[in-house]
Amino acid sequence: MRINLASVLVDDQEKALRFYTDVLGFVKKHDIPMGDARWLTVVSPEDPEGTELLLEPSGHPAAKPFKDALVADGIPWTMFAVADVHAEYERMRGLGVRFTQEPTDMGTVITAVFDDTCGNLIQIGQMKS
Amino acid sequence: MGDVFKALADPTRRTILDELTNRDGQTLFELCARLVSIHGLASSRQAVSQHLDVLESAGLVETRREGRYKFHYINTKPLEPIVERWLGKRGQT
Repeated sequence: MRINLASVLVDDQEKALRFYTDVLGFVKKHDIPMGDARWLTVVSPEDPEGTELLLEPSGHPAAKPFKDALVADGIPWTMFAVADVHAEYERMRGLGVRFTQEPTDMGTVITAVFDDTCGNLIQIGQMKS
Repeated sequence: MGDVFKALADPTRRTILDELTNRDGQTLFELCARLVSIHGLASSRQAVSQHLDVLESAGLVETRREGRYKFHYINTKPLEPIVERWLGKRGQT
């Protein structure tokens, strides 16, 4: 068994696709109409056959209070690995991305937290060698 | 002033103030992460939240909402009477 898919709950799939590709640099993998919504996944260009990220609509009534409560406390539900947190922080800030936590040395890992504009906080992490 | 001493009596709460001195304006998540990774204090998020409530009621921590986020800031004003009472008058008679 292996993990082939993880999901983020996004308030708008089209906006999410733009952010996750144009800003974060992922590439679209699957885009299949499913009634009102789409089966919309992105992958990392560094690992196109790897784990897919599903941009899942957050229309379920439980989703909004859940996401709002996480964001209020600054909790990132999802994490991505980067080679250099400081470089990504500068690059993304230049694109207007809002960070709730600056790059911080957490011992074995350097992390930062940003707003994905779709209702989520996302953590980026760089393992220290 | 009693609330200030009570708030400062707990070592975790003093560490929270240390961390806000290092970087002001942190989310609950960031504070919890710093407490565990830098200080080895594996308090639950609920416990840290309660510590923040005590610090806030003593006036030592202020929270500000910025849009959807909530950040915590240190306020050292309640400490000034301590300085004035015991340190400010030293050498005076």
